[in-house]
Amino acid sequence: MLGAVALWIIIMIVLPQLFMLDFSFRNNWQQIDPSKMGGPEDVYTLVNYHFLAFGSPNNPDPFNVVDVSVFFRTILAAVFVTLFDLALCYPIAYYLAQAAKGAKARLLVLALIIPFWVNELLRAFAFRILFGDEGTINAALMGLGLIEQPIDFVRENVALYAGLGYAYILLMIFPIYNVVESLDKNQIEAARDLGASWWKIHRRVVIPFAKPGITSGCTMVFMLSAGALAAPQILGGPSSLWFTQIIYQWFNTGSNWPRGSAYAIVLMLTCVLFVLIVMKIFKVKIGEIGR
Amino acid sequence: MSADVQLDNVWVQFGDFVAVRDANLTIQGGEFFSFLGPSGCGKTTLLRAISGFQEPSQGRVLIGGQNMAGIGPNHRPTALIFQNLALFPLMSVWENISFALEVKGVDKASRRKKADELLELVALPGQGDKMVNELSGGQKQRVAVARALCAEPEVLLLDEPLSALDLKLRQHMRTELRAIQQRAGITFIYITHDQGEALTMSDRVAVMREGVIDQISDGTTVYDHPETAFVASFVGENNSFSGSVKTVEDGIATVETPCGVFRARTSTVAPLKAGDKAIVFVRPEAIDFLGSTDRENVVEVTLTQQEFEGHFWHLVLHADSGAKIRMSVMNDGKRDTPELGSRVSVGFPILSAIALVSGELAAD
Repeated sequence: MLGAVALWIIIMIVLPQLFMLDFSFRNNWQQIDPSKMGGPEDVYTLVNYHFLAFGSPNNPDPFNVVDVSVFFRTILAAVFVTLFDLALCYPIAYYLAQAAKGAKARLLVLALIIPFWVNELLRAFAFRILFGDEGTINAALMGLGLIEQPIDFVRENVALYAGLGYAYILLMIFPIYNVVESLDKNQIEAARDLGASWWKIHRRVVIPFAKPGITSGCTMVFMLSAGALAAPQILGGPSSLWFTQIIYQWFNTGSNWPRGSAYAIVLMLTCVLFVLIVMKIFKVKIGEIGR
Repeated sequence: MSADVQLDNVWVQFGDFVAVRDANLTIQGGEFFSFLGPSGCGKTTLLRAISGFQEPSQGRVLIGGQNMAGIGPNHRPTALIFQNLALFPLMSVWENISFALEVKGVDKASRRKKADELLELVALPGQGDKMVNELSGGQKQRVAVARALCAEPEVLLLDEPLSALDLKLRQHMRTELRAIQQRAGITFIYITHDQGEALTMSDRVAVMREGVIDQISDGTTVYDHPETAFVASFVGENNSFSGSVKTVEDGIATVETPCGVFRARTSTVAPLKAGDKAIVFVRPEAIDFLGSTDRENVVEVTLTQQEFEGHFWHLVLHADSGAKIRMSVMNDGKRDTPELGSRVSVGFPILSAIALVSGELAAD
């Protein structure tokens, strides 16, 4: 069993990543001179990583302003989406796990799951309609007389954050739900009986208990948000670029797989490192996530 | 400080199901009071109504004379010890104990000091830095008591907290709880289905059945002077003989049963009259073989089973009518019990038997 899992991991995950890693340290001979591929000049180089940090040789700036700033903006936005999802999903997960009963709980779970039968692209375009100039939200706000001009939710990236946030709520809700469900109700009642306010009960009893679930939820949402492509492509404002879009451009329109690989690897390693640091700060061990 | 607890026509209903039916009683401040009854009799619901987790459907709960309607469990002068204790597993022992102070915003040094004092009180000195799961069952028990006492409740509510312990420890903790109650000087309200616990610890016991309080008395009265057939059959072992009352004179009823005509005292609380359906109850230890003394109430029986328990012989006898009679004979080392299957005559004195109005008996 363990052997099969190991084989699976090696074939499906490790090997392709190793190819990408190998790519990222090579020149894009495909475009420069395909005949030199595999020849004596085809050696490992840091040129792609150098480009991400400093741009082309004739770049007047001290570093690659566009790519680096998009990179950090993407990470920051992913953190924001994660926190937003946590704030939204913790109450839902808690309600599902501790308060809701029987049919009501099942109905709520269905209401959470069924929208995800709609595929990602369709959902993203639906959000565009929802948040567009003549979309449902603007129409409603204007109909109520709250605003006179439609708000450009797409330009302000509200649509993007909403779309990304919504895309991953299940990944946040279910890990938290799983853990909180196993919390003995008496613990909550005992804390309440000893005089704790709702806030205090959550801070001292429920959240510490739910920490493994919160961590695994946050990790998944953060990783997936930072690596999302469709939602930023469709819902992102004209001025906003997601780092994945740059990667995609290198791979696709740029036909520069080595550079795309380098960018993708930097994104992946940064995300992993970031998650590990946050886990260290909140004193969560990696083994706890698996629970 | 200890407060009295008053239940004033308290009903608790869940849909059509009545969990507590018209409970009326006053528990004195500083009293050790138990609710005793089989599972599902409504005793836990009543406890939750006192602690504030369950609002009564009707009636009032008063603590220290104050109506508790609309006051949540976090604002009542009560603390509840849960059946499974519900200690916080991610906190150390001292953090558990001082949680009530933490909630009030007391500084850490004072909290620690109070926790150490309470650990002393429950005889667990120096265990404050351990985690809860490093403790044994009995130690957890004490931590739960200390944690509840730290809230300085006027009334401590205990929901069968000893049920998870083994017999020896349970017996030890009974004495301990009683001692802690007296040291703390507050009202204890104890829920249990174990009559041993209720009788040994309590000043008074309320026996409950299907949401109704059948009797409220001290332990000896509950045992010796039950007021209903349910109480007589639930508390302690009892033999029962159903029949109809022939006469009642000077508090002595004559009851005709399939096993014979028996005479027994009646309850002043639930008197009988001629023609009533009644049950005569006799404790196994009140029955003896004939011959040692003269007995008023005599039954011819066959000995069908015997168990030796050291200080007692427990015998099972069958009357000719088919009725099963249990009898306990003190093992004083001077006599032998009859052979299995032999016919003997047994009897019991009038004053050791009680005739009560016919009613539902406790399940075996």
